[in-house]
Order: sequence, then C-alpha cells, then structure tokens
Amino acid sequence: MVEHFSNALQVGDTLPEFLAPPITRHTLALYCGASSDHNPIHVDIDFARAAGMPDVIAHGMLGMAYLGHVLSAVTPVQALRSYGVRFVAVTHVGDSLRCTAEVVGLEEREGERVARLTLCVMDQHGQVKLLGEAEIALRPSITA
Amino acid sequence: MIDRSFIGHALPSFIVTPDHRGLRAFARASAQPDLVYSNPEVARANGFPDCPVPPTYLFCLEMEGPDPTAMRRLLNIDIARVLHGEQHFTYHAPAFAGEALHFEPVILDIYDKKNGALEFVVRQTLVWRSDRERVATLRNTTVVRNG
Repeated sequence: MVEHFSNALQVGDTLPEFLAPPITRHTLALYCGASSDHNPIHVDIDFARAAGMPDVIAHGMLGMAYLGHVLSAVTPVQALRSYGVRFVAVTHVGDSLRCTAEVVGLEEREGERVARLTLCVMDQHGQVKLLGEAEIALRPSITA
Repeated sequence: MIDRSFIGHALPSFIVTPDHRGLRAFARASAQPDLVYSNPEVARANGFPDCPVPPTYLFCLEMEGPDPTAMRRLLNIDIARVLHGEQHFTYHAPAFAGEALHFEPVILDIYDKKNGALEFVVRQTLVWRSDRERVATLRNTTVVRNG
C-alpha cells in the first residue's frame, strides 16, 4: 500500500509520474482478456489491416488505466470524485507511456475541499496520447 | 448516418458482479502497482471490506454484460470503424469485489463533424448497488469513421 498524501496537495504540484513498460502484443492480449474489450483491432493484425490500419492499436483504456495509477498512488480510491480523458492520438505497439498529473485548482464543494488536476499521457517521443482531468476530495466524506 | 431518433434510447440494463479473478487479471494487465486492488488481505488491512474496483474497471464491467454489442447492433455500427473518443467517470461511492452492480445505459447524444465523416455517439451509464446507492456515472464517446 502506498503512502497517501493528497491532503497536502497545493496548486502547481505535480504528482509522481507513472512510467508504463513498453507496450507489446502480449500486453494487448492480456488487456483484451482482462478488460473484456474484445475488439479485434487491438489484437488481430489481419483484422486491423482489413480496417485500414497498418498494425493493431492499443486500447485507449489501457492508457487511462495507467494514468489512473498516478491518482491512486496519492489518494485512496473513495476520495476520487471524477476522472475523464480525451483520447487524442492512437497508441502503438512499442510505445512507452509516461503518465503525469498537475494540481490546477483547490476549491470547496458540497462541504469538502476538492483538488482539480490536469492529466496527460505522452509516448517516448513526447507525443500526447491522452489528455484528461480529475477531481480528488482532500477530506473524504465517504469512508470504506 | 446513424439514426438520430435513438437519442434518449435506453439500452437493456444488466447486473455484473466484480470478482477476485477478474480484478487480479486486470491488475496484472494494467501493471497496477498497488496490491489493494487485487489482494483481499491487503484490502482488508487497509480498512476496505474487500478489494475496491479500480477507477477505470467499471468500463470493463460494463462490457461483461450479457450483450456488449447491443449499442453497435442497434445503431448499425461496424466495429472496425469505431474509435474511443472520450471516457469520463463521476464517482459517488466505491464498489468492491463481490457486490452486484446494476448498469443502466442510455444513448445521450448522436452528432457528426466534418460533414458526417466522423459521427459521435455519447452513452451514459448509471451504476447502482443493489441497495440503490449510486456508485458511478460513466460517459462514453464512441467515434465512428465513415471516411
């Protein structure tokens, strides 16, 4: 279990990055089974080519899962209020994803302090793959 | 063009129960560093009743329903032409392994850009526990390439 320190977050803080291992076809096969996202475009190169792609493409949600590790490393799951992303570019086999988050706001809402964060996933060349935002309650009103 | 009359259409609701096997597989597949999401003993040691469902896994559970192709078939969308555009979660209460979760999906919007070359389907799914406590609201944007 990681040490949670979300209550000390300040505007401008960046969270510890999550560096995902390079994506292999095996990564995509495991994620296909574990996620129940069985779209063959992620694992079947014949299907991908017939669909006009040069190769299979990674599940966007795999990048979103990696990015979520940045949040869950600093806050217990019950303090996460919202988490959203836009899939900006396709992720390919061989890409190494770097997941980052920055605190951009602190506000009071419905009786609790909430930190707003902007999120980004980039590949090894710095190309942006996912952009997102999340809200974390700094004093969770719901306990497990 | 996708029939816009399906805006507001409710898709069949269903119940899915996250289990330890699924959570372990997802933790391995997503390189999850925190054992709280896959090991019930670690979860309990951290004050949880069981392993919590990780933030994006609700999307996966939605695809474990009896017919994950329901929306594509209803709207006549070819799976080879879809891309995931956006995904958003609003969390109301954490969910844990072993809890039956009720999924209620609705087609919230259908629109196009670039003179129909790209179409967008927005689906919102409410997730409840059996005691009707809200767990989360999912909002999914599917992009269909017509080019």
